[in-house]
Amino acid sequence: MADFNISKHNIVPKHEILTSDQKKEVLEKYGITLKQLPRITDKDPMVKLLEAKIEDVLKITRKSETAGESIYYRVVVKGK
Amino acid sequence: MIIDKIVFGIMDSQMIKKLSVANITKTDLYDQEGYPIEGGLMDPRLGVVDPGVRCRTCGGSIGDCQGHFGLLQLTRPIIHVHYAKIIFTLLKMFCRDCSRILVAEKDLESFKEKGLALKELAKSTKKKCPWCTKEVKKWKFVKPSSFQEGAKLLDATTVRSRLEKITNDDLEIINFKIRPENLILTILPVPPVTVRPSITLQSGERSEDDLTHKLVDIVRINERLKENIDLGAPEFIIEDLWELLQYHISTYFDNDITGVPPARHRSGRILKTISQRLKTKEGRFRGNLAGKRVNFCARTVTSPDPKINIDEVGVPLEIAKELTIPINVTENNIKSIQKNVLNGTNIWPGANYVIRPDGRRKKITDMTKEEIAKELTVGYIVERHIQNGDVSLFNRQPSLHRMSIMGHRIRIMPNKTMRLNLCVTTPYNADFDGDEMNLHIPQTLESQAETDILMAVPKNIRSPRFSGPIIGAVRDHLSGIYLITQDKNNFTRDKFVQLIRSVNTDIEIPNKSSITGKEIFSLFLPKDFSYEGKSKSGNKVIIENGKLIEGVIDKASIGAENGKLLDKLEKLYGPKITRDFLFDITRLAIEYTMWVGFSISISDQDISKEGKEKIKKTIEILRKEVDDLIEEYENGKIKLLPGRSMKDSLEVMIKRKLNKTLDDVENIMTKSLPESNTLTMAKSGARGDLINIVQTAAMVGQEMAMSGRMERGYHQRIFPHFKKNDISLESRGFVAHGFKDGLTPFEFFFDAMNSRESLMDKSLKTRHSGYMERRLVGAMQDMKVEYDGTIRDAINRIVQFTPGEDGLDPSRIERGGINVKRIADKLFK
Repeated sequence: MADFNISKHNIVPKHEILTSDQKKEVLEKYGITLKQLPRITDKDPMVKLLEAKIEDVLKITRKSETAGESIYYRVVVKGK
Repeated sequence: MIIDKIVFGIMDSQMIKKLSVANITKTDLYDQEGYPIEGGLMDPRLGVVDPGVRCRTCGGSIGDCQGHFGLLQLTRPIIHVHYAKIIFTLLKMFCRDCSRILVAEKDLESFKEKGLALKELAKSTKKKCPWCTKEVKKWKFVKPSSFQEGAKLLDATTVRSRLEKITNDDLEIINFKIRPENLILTILPVPPVTVRPSITLQSGERSEDDLTHKLVDIVRINERLKENIDLGAPEFIIEDLWELLQYHISTYFDNDITGVPPARHRSGRILKTISQRLKTKEGRFRGNLAGKRVNFCARTVTSPDPKINIDEVGVPLEIAKELTIPINVTENNIKSIQKNVLNGTNIWPGANYVIRPDGRRKKITDMTKEEIAKELTVGYIVERHIQNGDVSLFNRQPSLHRMSIMGHRIRIMPNKTMRLNLCVTTPYNADFDGDEMNLHIPQTLESQAETDILMAVPKNIRSPRFSGPIIGAVRDHLSGIYLITQDKNNFTRDKFVQLIRSVNTDIEIPNKSSITGKEIFSLFLPKDFSYEGKSKSGNKVIIENGKLIEGVIDKASIGAENGKLLDKLEKLYGPKITRDFLFDITRLAIEYTMWVGFSISISDQDISKEGKEKIKKTIEILRKEVDDLIEEYENGKIKLLPGRSMKDSLEVMIKRKLNKTLDDVENIMTKSLPESNTLTMAKSGARGDLINIVQTAAMVGQEMAMSGRMERGYHQRIFPHFKKNDISLESRGFVAHGFKDGLTPFEFFFDAMNSRESLMDKSLKTRHSGYMERRLVGAMQDMKVEYDGTIRDAINRIVQFTPGEDGLDPSRIERGGINVKRIADKLFK
């Protein structure tokens, strides 16, 4: 069980850490600051797996029945 | 100035003094001449409530001056009832001698780290002071506002001095951001008179607000206490007065404390004090801040009118004379507006107010209307009566979805009810057994445009809930259209001309001496419309180039929540054409039913002798089969179903037999029922189903409770008349009779059990989902789709990057997405 890779599970969508350039681009596109992005805690299994740091932005690509693919961004925050 | 942040806390006496403009010491409110006394509770420095008087503090008159706080110096400290619990926990957490927190030095860090609520932290404090080794005495909270340490009751002065000694460092450890001694009152802010205005009665007598009454009591006792202390009165007298002061101040904050008798008015009425003003549905928060009353609205009983369009609303003349729309006077409309003004307020279409270019409002009266009409120029605004064609919002509670408020065009009518077309009865979930609905008149051009473009009834024909039409034909519309479009229904020329012209005067009448019902229906379809679908009974419905070739039109084609034909029509031709089609077709149906007459009778459900005999036989066979099953079960020979016990297997098999029997009976019924209006209603989907007819005419079938055959009641049986563990059909809720023939007493009781359960379930379910809805609305009420397509909340945080993650509006697409091919074909044809 210890070697189980959750990112390979078919209901776990694709998570990627954005580079700082990409991150800036996203924030500029929506005209927002990090605080206005949806959040994800640093305790999230996928965040741990990717070794994302706090204030990193994750790009989540989900499969959707109607739209094909839908993209969502979340910023890593300190969780309780 | 930009507000950076708001901090909620407790004011200290310094702050209260700074805010105060008057020191209140006197119990009398007015002097002999009736002028407010300085230093009394109606002190003129506290603001103005009477017209014509100016505020002594800020010089503002009524409206400009929102009032100023005064203060009342308390002779002895008083515990605030609502903070008593917090004070008690604090007292318990600190040493009575050295005032340090009852936590060992080494644990301080971890204690702070926990970040728990005060109540939780108090549980882990030591029994012995780790700083001065003093033993902690047993504490007891004496409701509502006293504290007992050991055997001694602490007075407010001691409590306050204890709290004063707590250090800021210790408070930081428990994350307590207020100086705790401020929880105990030494000075009482006196709210401005604008908060507690007095009312002058017709007799000239003044009636004071409840809060003023309460404050008078407080001032009186406070002064008495002071006098007695100054006179050196005995301790017990002072104690009594102190306690009385505590009572008055407690009830001033909250007059509904358990264990404390509520303060009453002289008449015996319970006083409404501060907490009572804020609490409950009618209180400040829920009643005045979260929900407000609005102008330009009306509410009355509704009634049906099939002859007004589906996006119209019939408004009583009397309401039309009250509701107005502001119209800017221009060169183009000045003549007609002048006519409105000349009509005055009492003749519709008139006007009620004018607003001059300088912003002054003037009421139009019979005396002034001619003068005002003459002075009217460009730049004036006239609030004229609502007229035919004006836009309005129509609403019925509970507003469960967006179709509960839709834009309707106004149509002024006689009589006193608001009229609506029967097709919009479905989205509003309205009937006419006394339902009342609300009407709102949008006042600005922007809001009028918005209601017309976004909220109008035709734009809401397709529901976003299921991507289909929620507005469509109902009841008699369906029986009517079903009858018209029957095969071989021929109309002679005089008949069909009259029928068509009674609905629509624009449609070209075919030059024939006789046409069929299907042809009449086809006249209302767009000329290039083709459609293929199924009727309710499963037969084909084919429309080719605007001609109904085959099939009958019923619920499955044009019914509300079902109509596939309406769905396609809306998709291809848009809201307006669908609206007109629906309006014409429903009027046509109603007109036709009125011609042929449409009544039902109990005899509609008489079945032939053979039919009855057959049904009897089917039930007999069922009985036998079930008896055999039970016998097999008792002998242990029953065939087990995979994953089920013997008992379950039996039940499942019995259920299968029951279903089969019901199907059989239904089949017999369809064959042996005579053609009747009752059957027409069931077939067209107007009302009722074949099952309902079966239940009245033939047999009700198995009654269910808790999703199975009946099992409740007495020990191992439902009635004492049955044997224990009898699992035969009769003793487990099978009803072999129909409602028309009548049920046996047992059967009747079974039916009542079933009915009661359904009734309870229904009411519990609506309550449950109502509350869920409320919570969802509360969580999502200020989210909106921004112009960049993101969904954001009130402080601009992004919730979704694309609406619904696909950006598709279910009310504008075909089930499962956008049909690109169809749109492309249409564009490039």
